[in-house]
Amino acid sequence: MIKVENLHKSFGETKVLKGISTTFEQGKTNLIIGQSGSGKTVFLKNLIGLFEPNEGNIFYDQQKYGDLSTSNRTELRKKIGMVFQGGALFDSMTVEENVMFPLKMFTKKSNAEMLHRVHEVLERVNLNEANQKYPAEISGGMQKRVSIARAIVNYPKFLFCDEPNSGLDPRTATVIDKLIQEITKENNITTVINTHDMNSVFEIGEKIIYLQDGILAWEGTKDEIHHSNNKDLSDFVYSSNLFRKVRQAYQKGL
Amino acid sequence: MNYIFSIGRYFLMIKGTFKKMTKRRVLWNLIFQEVNDLVIKSLGIIIFISFFIGAVVTIQTALNLTNPLIPRELIGFAARQSIILEFAPTFVSVIMAGKVGSFITSSIGTMRVTEQIDALEVMGINSLNYLVFPKIIAMLFYPFAIAIAMFVGIGGAYLAGVYGGFLEADEFLNGLTDDFTPFHIFYAFFKTFIFAFLLATIPAYHGYYMKGGALEVGKASTTSFVWTSVVIIIANYIITQLLLS
Repeated sequence: MIKVENLHKSFGETKVLKGISTTFEQGKTNLIIGQSGSGKTVFLKNLIGLFEPNEGNIFYDQQKYGDLSTSNRTELRKKIGMVFQGGALFDSMTVEENVMFPLKMFTKKSNAEMLHRVHEVLERVNLNEANQKYPAEISGGMQKRVSIARAIVNYPKFLFCDEPNSGLDPRTATVIDKLIQEITKENNITTVINTHDMNSVFEIGEKIIYLQDGILAWEGTKDEIHHSNNKDLSDFVYSSNLFRKVRQAYQKGL
Repeated sequence: MNYIFSIGRYFLMIKGTFKKMTKRRVLWNLIFQEVNDLVIKSLGIIIFISFFIGAVVTIQTALNLTNPLIPRELIGFAARQSIILEFAPTFVSVIMAGKVGSFITSSIGTMRVTEQIDALEVMGINSLNYLVFPKIIAMLFYPFAIAIAMFVGIGGAYLAGVYGGFLEADEFLNGLTDDFTPFHIFYAFFKTFIFAFLLATIPAYHGYYMKGGALEVGKASTTSFVWTSVVIIIANYIITQLLLS
């Protein structure tokens, strides 16, 4: 579980996050949604420790991040898996080496043991035909799968995904969404996904928070979105005809 | 103000590079990879440049020594002094600021743009140590490349001088060994070590702290070449003033 208390973040005079408090539950896919510039990425970067908040606290399973020593922070980060928007795979390494990287850095496993685990997770993400290829030689969808495999290879307790299906065709995006949800359930991890893809919201959003101008404007489940009175949220979620029709159908009980 | 900020951040980067070391087994592989990329792969251009610079220095010296009272051994002497003291360590280092420097800046800059550095940080890895430290260690082998540059440069000088008909082989060899000061070798290698450190760290700084996209990677490589060259030239002056004057 991740608990956020009154999180503030500014860059110079610009206040990006203005006191966000929420909880991300274990074993659930938690989604952060919001328009471009609403502070989603800055919020996520605070959660994963790439930015230091100006004010407020983040608790990872009761551990207050701000109070942790450097070595304890390093230990905590070993429990974090991250899927970056562009994959962030290491260009100079093959798929297999990319996935093996966290094991090489943080475990004392033998090469055979590491390879066994790598093949296990690559199989889990349905990718076992590209082990010796370099990231530049595989498709965007495959890169996302490799990135997920790398994120989960060392048994993380927290999984963060920054727009995991951006740049993917709808079918592959759905496959990636489902994969992340299944992995979350199987390993009972706390997953936080930053997205503005409404398909993801209605497919896998178990808890959704909506950011607007750096504040938490709404939180709830995907079903609760349909009943929300928040006009900005409605404008954002139902900006396309398709989703307006989904709401109408939902409200008619279809 | 910006310069002061950059200089301060450069020294903080150096400090950060030596903190929280990467696992030794991984580090060794990285160092070997960097020795290959930065030093061994530069040998071809170093040898090529050194040979022709040595040859040109000899021809220029020979053509300008028209006074019959000046012994022709001076051509070998001048070639040795200019190659060992300046052309091999300094001139080659400025060339390397272009070759090695732009490679370092663009490779680290691309990692920044594609969030690979963020990925290292999220995993709890000190990205500075992982990326910059192996380059600093690899560049400790750079003086070997400069030693080769000295030999090849003098070889080029010998061939151009003797086979170009400017002086006899004995005259060249006499000039080469005449009034030899071992301290000059120390001076040349001392500054080579300093240049090696600058060649590894200044381009790394420009790559690591760059912001933007592909276009900015290109700009950062150019800026890195300019600043590495400038700092090498200034460092050369200071070291020469301190050690030789």
